[in-house]
Formats: sequence, C-alpha cells, structure tokens
Amino acid sequence: MARRSVLQSVQRAMRIAAALLSSQYAYMLEYRAEIALWALSGVLPLIMLAVWQGSDGAAAAGLTPQGLGRYFLAAFVVRQFSVVWLIHVFEEDALQGKLSPQLLQPLQPLWRYLAAHVAEQATRVPFVALMLASVVVLQPGLLWLPSPGQLLLGILAIQAAFVLRFLLQTLVAMLCFWSERAAALDRLLLIPYLFLSGLVAPLESFPPAVRRIAEYTPFPAMVSFPAKLLAGESVEVGAGFLNIALWCAVLFPLSRLLWRAGIRRYSAMGA
Amino acid sequence: MSAPIVLAEGLSKSFRVADKQPGFSGTLRHLLRRRYRDVEAVRGLNFTIQPGEVVGFLGPNGAGKTTTLKMLSGLIHPSAGRVEVAGCLPQRRQERFLQQITLVMGNRQQLIWDLPPLDSLRVNAAVYGIDPIEAKRRITELADMLELGEELHRPVRKLSLGQRMKAELLAALLHQPAVLFLDEPTLGLDVNAQARVRDFLANYNRRTGATVLLTSHYMGDITALCERVLLIHQGHLFHDGSLDALTSRLAPCREVRLELRQVHPREAFEGFGTIEAQQGHQVRLLIPREQLTQQVGLLLSRFEVVDLEVSDPPIEELIGGLFRQQG
Repeated sequence: MARRSVLQSVQRAMRIAAALLSSQYAYMLEYRAEIALWALSGVLPLIMLAVWQGSDGAAAAGLTPQGLGRYFLAAFVVRQFSVVWLIHVFEEDALQGKLSPQLLQPLQPLWRYLAAHVAEQATRVPFVALMLASVVVLQPGLLWLPSPGQLLLGILAIQAAFVLRFLLQTLVAMLCFWSERAAALDRLLLIPYLFLSGLVAPLESFPPAVRRIAEYTPFPAMVSFPAKLLAGESVEVGAGFLNIALWCAVLFPLSRLLWRAGIRRYSAMGA
Repeated sequence: MSAPIVLAEGLSKSFRVADKQPGFSGTLRHLLRRRYRDVEAVRGLNFTIQPGEVVGFLGPNGAGKTTTLKMLSGLIHPSAGRVEVAGCLPQRRQERFLQQITLVMGNRQQLIWDLPPLDSLRVNAAVYGIDPIEAKRRITELADMLELGEELHRPVRKLSLGQRMKAELLAALLHQPAVLFLDEPTLGLDVNAQARVRDFLANYNRRTGATVLLTSHYMGDITALCERVLLIHQGHLFHDGSLDALTSRLAPCREVRLELRQVHPREAFEGFGTIEAQQGHQVRLLIPREQLTQQVGLLLSRFEVVDLEVSDPPIEELIGGLFRQQG
C-alpha cells in the first residue's frame, strides 16, 4: 500500500515536472529573440579571454595560454547555463500580487520558477552553440573535446552550480517580503560573484589572501570549479562536489525558513 | 440542516500601514520617524454558508469584501476570529483544502499570458493530480458550458476580455472545487459576456452543487444568481438574508406611480403617503408597505386611474443611499 502511494507520488511529480517544463519551454520560445540577447550579454568570459590573451597572465594563473583560453571558454558555458534571475521575477510577482494565484494551488510556487530557469537553459542551447562555434572558427587553437567522463562531470558540476545559485537567490528573493527591494541586494552580490567565482580571472591569479577568502564563500563553486572540470584542468572532483553539497545543505533549510516566515508576512500584509 | 461548508466567527483583519505626509518634509519625517496606523479592514464577521448555496457578497469599495474572500481562501491570515472552509483551516493551505476551493479574481489571472489556455490547463491538471483522460473530458465539458472552442488554442494575450475571463473560469474549475470564491468575475465585461458568465455559473452550481460566494459591483450578477446576500459595510456585516428582505429593510415604503384621467390638486393626495412628485396627470407616492393594499384601494376608489405601477426603488440606489447615509 505504502509502496503504491510512493509510486503514485513519483508519477504525479513526474507529470507535474513534464507539464511545467514543456509549458515553460513553449513560453521561453515565445521570447527566443530576447533570450538570444541575454545569451549575448553573457560574453564577459570571452571578453576576459581577449584581455588575458594580450597579456602574460596565463603564467601568473599557472596555466598555459591554451589552458587559459579553454578555461574562459568553459567559464562562458558555465555562466550561460547557470544564469539565475529569480530575484527579479519573484520580487515583481510578490509585490504585484501575482504570487497569490500560485499560492492557491497545491504546488510550492518555487517549482514553477525553477522549471522556468531549466526551460530557459534549454532555449539557450542553440545560441550558445552558435557563439562557441564562432569563437572556435576565429581561434581554432581553442577547440578541444573533453572526454565523455569529463563532459558528464562538467555538466553535473554546471547543474550543481546552477542549483547553488538558485538557492542563494531564493534566500535573497525571500527578503522582498520585508524590504520590497530585494533586487538591490542581488546587485550587491554581483561584485563578489564576479571576482570570487573566477569569472573575470582564474582564482589562481589572485593573491593568496584573496584566494583564501574566496574558499570560504560559495562563489568559486559557481564558476571556477565547473569551468576547470570542463576545461580538463586538474581539480579535486570529490571535494568540489562536496563543497557544493555542503553549501546547498546550508542554504536549503535557510531558504525554507525564510519562505515560511515570508509567506506569513505576505499573508499578514494583504497578499 | 447539514454542517456549514463555510464558517466565519468573529472574523477580523487589521493591517498596519505607514502614514506619509506629502512633500519633502513629509518624506524626511517618513524616513526618520515612520508613523504607522492600524486599519481595520474586517471587524468581527459572523456567518455560515451551507453546501450548494450561492451567496452574494455586497459592499462598497474598501468595505472588506476582497479581504474576507482572501481570508476564506487562505491567502491572508485573520487577525482575530475563526474561519473554516470545507472542514479545513484555510490559512494552513493544506493540499486537502486547496483541492476543494478556488478563488477567481477579475483583476488577477493564472493563465500563462503568451501561451494558449490549453497549456495552462495541462499544468493545472498535473498539479491537481487529474488523470489526463479525465482532464480532457472535463475541459471539453467546461468548454462546452462556457462556449469556448478554438479560443483554447490561441495565446491568452490574443483573447478578448470576455474570452479570457471564461478561460480563467475554466482553469479555476478544472479540479472541480466544492467551494468557489469569485471576486468580481464579470469586471469589465460587456453586457452579453456578463450574461454568459452568469448563465455558466448558475448552470455549474446546478450541475455540481458547488457552493459559491460572489462579489460583484453589477447588481445583475447578484439578482440573477444569489438568493441570499451578505452586505458588508466598513468591515461590519450589515445584512445576511434574501435580497427581498434587504430591500424591505432598506426601503420600508413602496413606490406607487399613478396616471390619472384628470389633474388634481396636491392636497388631494395628502394622507395616502409621501408625495414624491406630481406633474400633470402623473403622481408618485411613497406608501409604507403595511398600508399599501389599503391605500391603493382608496386611491382607486377616489380617483379615475388610467395606469398604476407599484415597485421597489432599485436595489443599487437603496444600497448606495445606505452607504452615503452612514458615510
């Protein structure tokens, strides 16, 4: 009996996931031109690649010029598939009352936002492929094919980085129940994210003190770890995934706690 | 009598709102020493609704209707009192409760704007755990009742307001809720679309026995659908009963219009009731309900009457008058 009910719950969850993903994918396709522009706006790692190629920075980062190129190319892919914009839509929905219809359905509203992000990632695939192809045509030396194992681990690490970013943004997004301007906090987080994640420069090129600070934050797990993994650089795979899991274990209960308190406040204010 | 499906006991809600004076000094004061005041939106409401009832919820803007509906649907927590819907405490928003209710707000929508309603309906079917074949059957049945066809395949943004509201109703009713909270479901619709939504709701209530609590600024919605009305004013319940009883309560007199063969002086009508107007052959009198038969009989015997009409003043005017009276 219990097994049957578990099976039914799993089936229902699968149906919800399929329905949410397909509808959100269809929705994102309606905005494919906008998504192409968003994909284009995520070229910071490619710009950094051009900047670093003109300097002797590769040695400072302990990388060969080719390794540095691959790192930034991989960072570009990681950035493209771990983009999270939850704060902005959630804040708008909460402040304009659009959250209310979602609260009346037997589904935690955050699942819809998560599905929208995953669908957006799928919509980005052709644009990112096109941009990667363009870069490789311009600089054939940057082309490399990761082994199937590397590719699989890289994809897993990108998705783990995405989940971590999503949880961090959930935490900040929940603050809109109190501050009504949670998006401003996201802008504040952008600076440490840009520098401590390894997006503008490999962490190895930073002074040791900065590197140590970075190690105590979740940011390196969001770009540096998956990018190195994908680029075939030496990296401690187990420790990297464990680090992400630990951060998720901290952020998940915190975001749930804030959600509950926030929804109580939302309900108290007038929904 | 069966157990009520909706119960409100001493239901109250107050909000704390920040007060800000206009101008630069007001902004500075607001920044440095913010002042708050408590606004009582709903004050001690008591009522019950039996399964299958269609109840109209009336009151002017800001009376507390939407706040009450939100408390009944679990969107906001009451400040005081008790509320129970379908045997559940709404504010807990348990799955058992959410499966049994729906709230349709004329100014809010749940359908995905850029996709055809069918996409949203598919999501709703999955979320409510409705078998795909059963979901298809229900969509066909409700679409028939709502006279929706190819509109379900067109993006929501391309639908007219009336078509969109009907699609919203379809989405809200797919899980066959036992209790419907409808907040201005005909808001902004033209007369024909209003009539179709009303017909649908009456038909849906007959077929499913669902309980409906409806707010509307269009009295046509209330008179067509509701045998019972709750009238709320400044957060208090002013009336709970039939529309006729409300009319009697608000208008102790009935209006009698007479068209006479001959013109008579004003004094001739004194003693029959309050003379509202007299113009040539036309006379309008207000006569207390309990004296109506007797006074109309006297009028007919004393004057040569060409035409006679007895009516209640329009309910909108009565309610409007009450609200103006009470500020």
